[in-house]
Amino acid sequence: MEWSESISIAALGSHLLVGLSRAMILFIVTSGLSFVLGVLRVPNVAHGSLYMIGAFAAFSIVNALGGGAPGFWAALVFAPLIVAGVSLVAERALFCHLYEREHLMLLLFTFALMLILGDLVKMVWGADYRSIMAPEFLRGSLPVFGSPFPKYNLFLLIVGPVVAVGLWLFSTRTRIGKIARAAAVDREMVGAVGINVSWVFAFAFVLGCFLAGLGGALVAPTVSVTLGMDHDIIIEAFLIVTIGGLGNMWGAMVGSLIFGITQSFGVLFWPQFAIVFPYAAVVIVLTLRPKGLLKSVW
Amino acid sequence: MRQAITNKNPFLVTAGILVFLACLPLVLPKFYVYILSLIFVTALLAMSLNLVVGHGGMYQFHHGVFYGIGAYTLALVLTKTSLPAWIGFAAAPVCSAIAGLLIGLFCVRLTKLYFGMLQISLGSLIWAIAFRWYALTGGDDGIHGIPIPGWIASISNSYYFILFLLAVCLAVMYLILHSPFGSTLRAVRDNPERCEAVGINVRFHQLVAISIATFFAGLAGSLFVVVEGSVFPDLLFWVLSLEVFIMCLLGGWFTFAGPILGAAIIVALRTFVGVYTEYWTLILGIILILLIFFLPEGVMGFVEAKIKDRRETATRR
Repeated sequence: MEWSESISIAALGSHLLVGLSRAMILFIVTSGLSFVLGVLRVPNVAHGSLYMIGAFAAFSIVNALGGGAPGFWAALVFAPLIVAGVSLVAERALFCHLYEREHLMLLLFTFALMLILGDLVKMVWGADYRSIMAPEFLRGSLPVFGSPFPKYNLFLLIVGPVVAVGLWLFSTRTRIGKIARAAAVDREMVGAVGINVSWVFAFAFVLGCFLAGLGGALVAPTVSVTLGMDHDIIIEAFLIVTIGGLGNMWGAMVGSLIFGITQSFGVLFWPQFAIVFPYAAVVIVLTLRPKGLLKSVW
Repeated sequence: MRQAITNKNPFLVTAGILVFLACLPLVLPKFYVYILSLIFVTALLAMSLNLVVGHGGMYQFHHGVFYGIGAYTLALVLTKTSLPAWIGFAAAPVCSAIAGLLIGLFCVRLTKLYFGMLQISLGSLIWAIAFRWYALTGGDDGIHGIPIPGWIASISNSYYFILFLLAVCLAVMYLILHSPFGSTLRAVRDNPERCEAVGINVRFHQLVAISIATFFAGLAGSLFVVVEGSVFPDLLFWVLSLEVFIMCLLGGWFTFAGPILGAAIIVALRTFVGVYTEYWTLILGIILILLIFFLPEGVMGFVEAKIKDRRETATRR
């Protein structure tokens, strides 16, 4: 472990930015998970698989359209839609018949879905490592704090808050958003006033999965797209919603920031054990605030 | 089912099964003996999980960590020290139980999903350390070629060793679950508030249950080393923990021997389906969905219910 003198303000600043942009990806994925948790009360283990499908779908779309800016934008639109389609089929065909069952069964169902989707991805895309390039205008880097910072990460820093505000407006200003929030609090009452709760659930599930797909499409240019990325993201996403407060969207944001920033500072201070830092942060938060930092909707 | 048999002659039946299993290595090829040993180890792990989940009602989502701790403890004692092997076998369950107690102390303050989530994060912390600490644990490579003591090195000897320990552990678990402690634990599962109100120390009972379960999980981990001769960080990964969860569900939560059946089915399926297709997890996922829809009580639970039905109709006549 070297606490070297080379840790300058510039290094701190650029690691902070890297952590923030990582947190934006985590937030987009986690807000979807949190939304499903809030409305359906189901910890969706398959969420990570949907994120992986989003990344692979983005890879295919970008490659099919020749790797330019149009391909990139098309991937950002259609990869999440493909994921939403997959989740709609799974929800309407199987999942919606289980809502009356106990929690553990729902959890195990989503685990089964994760196993199946993981192998389906292997069948469709194979076990190779894939990567895609960001479009021309997002390649390269800009000087920030005197050190170069990738443009794509700056792009993520813009997209994250846009998604957050959009989601907030959606859930507070639109009718369907309000119904979904009401169903999260008291589903019997929502049913009693004549709203089809089953479809509200379907909508919430599909929207959550759409966000997973969006996160996958956004992360694709920055990492190598491969099998196993579902396992890594899902555990992080679960911990983030737990420390943020289950079902609380802003909690997902706070949790993502904690996770992303501790991770990138971990890389700076003690690279070998960088992955330990976020887990340790989670343990500290849950020890001090067992029910998460912000109010849970449960 | 168990009751139906045990009512007739419990010791004879158990002894019969044991003698049958003890004779198997004489006739079976080595590969099958190895698979059976693996089933026994996994069965012990699943049984230990069921102590906390089925009987204790706690969402022990990351039970695999304690299995891994047991395995790593024995592996480290055998490779890094010159201590006799039995110390490793004693240290493995004890270390697991200590880790289980420590993690449990944090977790029992919470309930249900929060309990499970905190456990996953603490468990992942241990996984992350084992995954990265190359000097001690070999990092993501794990430790291979662990020198297993000579008297259990051969496949049939290790088979008898594991069978013996499994039988002892199952007997101990049976006694624990049929003791006043076991009844209290189930009462805590079904209604913690009422138990608290009548003066039962809920958290103490939960902690004891966790310690016992993690003790057996650690022992199962050390037996895994005997079978495989290697350890790797996947033993501590949460995917394994959820797989063990499935075994309990598949066999039947609320039965004594259900998890054994579940473990046997999963290990056998993985071995034999894995020969034909690389898409083994797809098959497992489909089986799991069928199970959730058609056999929510598990195979053993289903059989028990059927036998109960038949008995009731028989007595009505």
